[in-house]
Amino acid sequence: MKLLRHLLRSPGFVVGALLLLATLLLAFLPPLLLELDTSRRVGLAYVPPTAGRWLGTDHLGLDMFALLVSGLRSSLYVGFLAGIVATVLGTLIGVYGGYKGGWIDDVLTACTNLFLVIPSLIVLILLSGSLQEGRSLTLIALFIGCTTWTWSARAVRAQAASLRSRDHVALARINGYGTLGIVCLHILPYLLSYLFMVFILQTASGILTESVISMLGLGPYDTVSLGNLLNQAIRNEALSDGAWWAFFPPMVLITVIAFALYVLNTSMEGVFNPRLRK
Amino acid sequence: MPADTPCFEARNLTRAFGHGARRKVAVDDATFTIAEREIVSLVGQSGCGKSVLAKLLLRLEKPSSGELLYQGRPIAESGDPRAYWRHVQAVFQDPYAAFNQFFTIRAQLKACFRLFDQRPPEREMEDRIDQALLAVNLRPRELDGKYPFELSGGQMQRLLLARIFILRPRVLIADEPTSMVDACSRAGILEYLMKLKQELSMTIVFVTHDIGLAYYVSDRLFILHEGRIVEQGTPDDVTQRPTSPFTRQLLDDIPSVHRPWVTRA
Amino acid sequence: MAAILEVDDLRLHYLTRLGKRVQAVDGVSFQLQPGEILGIAGESGCGKTTLVSGLMGLLMPPLHLTSGAVRIAGRDILRLPPAEVRRSVLGRDIAMIPQGALNSLNPTRKVRDLATDVILAHDEGADRRAIQDRLRERFTRIGLEADAVLNAYPVQLPAGMKQRVVIGISTLLNPRIVIADEPSSALDVSSQKAVIQLLFNLLDEGIVSSMVFITHELPLLRHVAGRIAVMYAGQIVEIGTTEQVIFDGRQPYTRALMGSMLSAEPGQKSRKPVAIEGAPPNLGEPISGCRFAVRCPVAQSDCAQREQVLREVAGRHVRCHHAR
Repeated sequence: MKLLRHLLRSPGFVVGALLLLATLLLAFLPPLLLELDTSRRVGLAYVPPTAGRWLGTDHLGLDMFALLVSGLRSSLYVGFLAGIVATVLGTLIGVYGGYKGGWIDDVLTACTNLFLVIPSLIVLILLSGSLQEGRSLTLIALFIGCTTWTWSARAVRAQAASLRSRDHVALARINGYGTLGIVCLHILPYLLSYLFMVFILQTASGILTESVISMLGLGPYDTVSLGNLLNQAIRNEALSDGAWWAFFPPMVLITVIAFALYVLNTSMEGVFNPRLRK
Repeated sequence: MPADTPCFEARNLTRAFGHGARRKVAVDDATFTIAEREIVSLVGQSGCGKSVLAKLLLRLEKPSSGELLYQGRPIAESGDPRAYWRHVQAVFQDPYAAFNQFFTIRAQLKACFRLFDQRPPEREMEDRIDQALLAVNLRPRELDGKYPFELSGGQMQRLLLARIFILRPRVLIADEPTSMVDACSRAGILEYLMKLKQELSMTIVFVTHDIGLAYYVSDRLFILHEGRIVEQGTPDDVTQRPTSPFTRQLLDDIPSVHRPWVTRA
Repeated sequence: MAAILEVDDLRLHYLTRLGKRVQAVDGVSFQLQPGEILGIAGESGCGKTTLVSGLMGLLMPPLHLTSGAVRIAGRDILRLPPAEVRRSVLGRDIAMIPQGALNSLNPTRKVRDLATDVILAHDEGADRRAIQDRLRERFTRIGLEADAVLNAYPVQLPAGMKQRVVIGISTLLNPRIVIADEPSSALDVSSQKAVIQLLFNLLDEGIVSSMVFITHELPLLRHVAGRIAVMYAGQIVEIGTTEQVIFDGRQPYTRALMGSMLSAEPGQKSRKPVAIEGAPPNLGEPISGCRFAVRCPVAQSDCAQREQVLREVAGRHVRCHHAR
C-alpha cells in the first residue's frame, strides 16, 4: 500500500501507467461498446477515415479500426506472454548459475551460450513453417519466449554473480537461509527493477519478432496482429497510395507500448529502492 | 569432548581461486590452533588473505586442500550447516553492506532465529531482540519500522553486535568491525566486544589491519602476508621481538602519538 | 605574511525538502598561511564535509550560503559565478582529494589518459608529447613509479596506490591549496602512511603551497598538521598548535575526543579509551548555550544557558567559558 502511494507520487510512473492503461482500454473496451467485425467488407479498398469509420478501410475494404483493436490485443498477448516466458526462464537460469558459481555456473553458462549462437529467428521460422494449421498465437509466443531467453539469462547472471559476494548475502547464509531463500529475499529484490527492464525489452522484442514472422507469412494463421497489419500495408502499396491510416496507427501503437513500459521502468527504480524513496 | 580440545585446528589449510596461470592462493598452507575462549587477531595489510581465512572459519568458503577442524571435528562440507552457525557467528566490516536494504532492521534481526530448529514463540523472540538492543545501548522502539540507511554507521555496527547478543554463539569472527566507523565510536564497539566475551565466554577471531588495535584486544596475534602466517605469538612477543620483516613493517606504519612516523624533508 | 586562504565567519545551511533549515556550518573563521597544514578534526556530523563544500566554492542546493566569505588571495570565491569557480578556481587555486576517491577513477581508461584529460581540460592546445613527458616527470617527482602506474588501468592498482594516483592527478595543475577530506581513512595502516608521505612530498617539492587535512582521527594529525581546529556542531571549539590541542586540550570536547581515541600502540596498553556518550545535537533545532553541555563530563549549571564564544586561553582559542 505504502509502495503504491509512493508510485503514484512519481510523475514517470503516472505517465507510463496511463499510457499503458490507454492501450489496454483501446484493446479491450471497444469490442464491448461497438460492433466490430474484422471479416466483413464495409467498403472499397483504402477508403480514408471518415466520421463514422475512424480509420477508414484496408486493402480489402475491411474496417481498419476493428482490425487495429483486434491486432493490438493479439500483439499485447504475444508480447507479454513471450516476455514472461523469456524473463522467467532467463532469470531462473541466470540467478541460479550466478549465485551458485562453480561447475553449476559453468554448465549453465555453456548451455546459455549454446542457445545464444543458434540463430533464433531461423529456428522460429523453421518451427513456424513446419506447423501449418496449428500455429496459434500462444504457440508463437511460447516459441519466441523459448528462443530469446538467452541474453536475459546472461544479463541476470552477471548481476547475480556480483551480488553473491556481498556481505548481506554472507549474513543471510549465516542466518541459515538456504539457496531458495537467499535468491528470493536477498538477490531478487536487488534485481527487481533490472528484471522489469529485461521484461520490457523482451516484451517489446516479442512484439517485433512476431511481426517479422508474420511478414514472412509464418505468423498465427488466422489472427490479426499489429505486425500483420504493418506487413499487409507494406505488401499492398499503402505507402505509395498514401494510405497512412493503414500503417501509421499500428506503428504508433507499438511505439506507445514500448515508451509506456520504459517510463514505468525508470520510475519504479526510484520507488522499489527504499534508499532512493526517502 | 576432552577439555583441551582446541576450538579451531588447521593443518596445511589452503584456499586458492582460479585455475592454471590465473590461480591465486589466498590462504597458503596455514597450520595453527585457536584455543577455547581465546582472542586471536589475524593481522595484515589488505589482500594478505586474512578475510578469506575468516570466511573459511565461518564455513562460507571451502578449503582447496588441508584440514580445518572445529572442536576436533572437520567443518563438514555437507549436511545442515545451521548447527555450525549456531556456534560460530560473525560481524562484518561494513554494516550497511551487511544488511539487506529492502527489509526493516527488526525483521532482519528476527531472521537469525531461523538457525534454531524450533523457533521460540513470537513474544519471546521480540523480547530477546529488545534485550539485545538494550545491551548495545540502542532504544528498541526507536528502531521500529526503520530501514538500514536511516541509521548512522556506529548504530549499524552495534546492530550487528546485537545479533550476536541474540544468538549467543560460542565463537565470534569479527572482520574489521571498527574500520568503517568513526574513530570516536571505535572505543564503544570494542567495549561491546569485550562485554560479549565476558558474558558469553566466547572465542573471538579478530581480523584487522591495525596491529596496535590487535595488540590492545587479543591474547595471540597471527601476522599474515601474501596468504601465509608469517608469525604467531603473544602480543608482547610479536610486537617487542618481531621475527618477521612484515611484522616490523606493520609496527612501523602505526601513526603513533609518541614517536616520529612520517618525516618531512 | 599574507594568508593564502581566509575563512571569515562562514555560515552555511541546508534547506530540506520540507523547508527545514539545518545550520551545518555556523560561524567558522580561520586563516591558512603559505606552507602550512591545518588539521580539522571532529566526529561525523560535525560539519567537516559541509565546510569542505564551502571551501571549494561549490554550493549546490540543498546547501546554501547564509553569510561570511571564503577568500583565496583576497578573492571571495563564494561570490563568483559557478562557471568561473570551475574555470579558474578548482584545480588551480584549490583542489580536493575526496573521501571516496577509490572509485572516482573511470575504470575503462588508463591512468595516463585520465591524467592527460585533466591537463587538456585546462590547456586545450597543449602538445601531446610534451604532456607525456610532463606526466612522467611529475609522477616520478612525487615518488610514484611513473611508467608502471601511468600504463595501468585503475582496477589493476591496489587501493592505496589508487588513492595516491588520485592525489597525483588532482594536483597536476599545481593548486595552491589542497583540501584532503579523510584521504586515508579507508586504507590499511601501511597505505595510510604512504598517502601521508605523498602529501608531504607535494609540499616539499613546492607543487602545492598549503593544505587543509580533515579527519575524524585526531591522533593522526599529530604527524600531519602544524595547527589543529576541532569542530563540534558546526563550530570550531578549539584551535591552536598541534602540541596544544593534542597533548593539552583545554576545551572539554577536545579532551573527550582525544580520550575516545584508541591510539593503541604496543607498550601503551594501560590507557583505556572512553567513548563519548550520546550523539551530536540536531542542528535543525535551535540550541541555546554550549552545544556540548549535554554530553560534557564537566558541565556546570550555567553551561546550558550561556552562549559560548571563542576566546584566548593559554595561547590558543577555546569555545568554553570555564576553560582555563
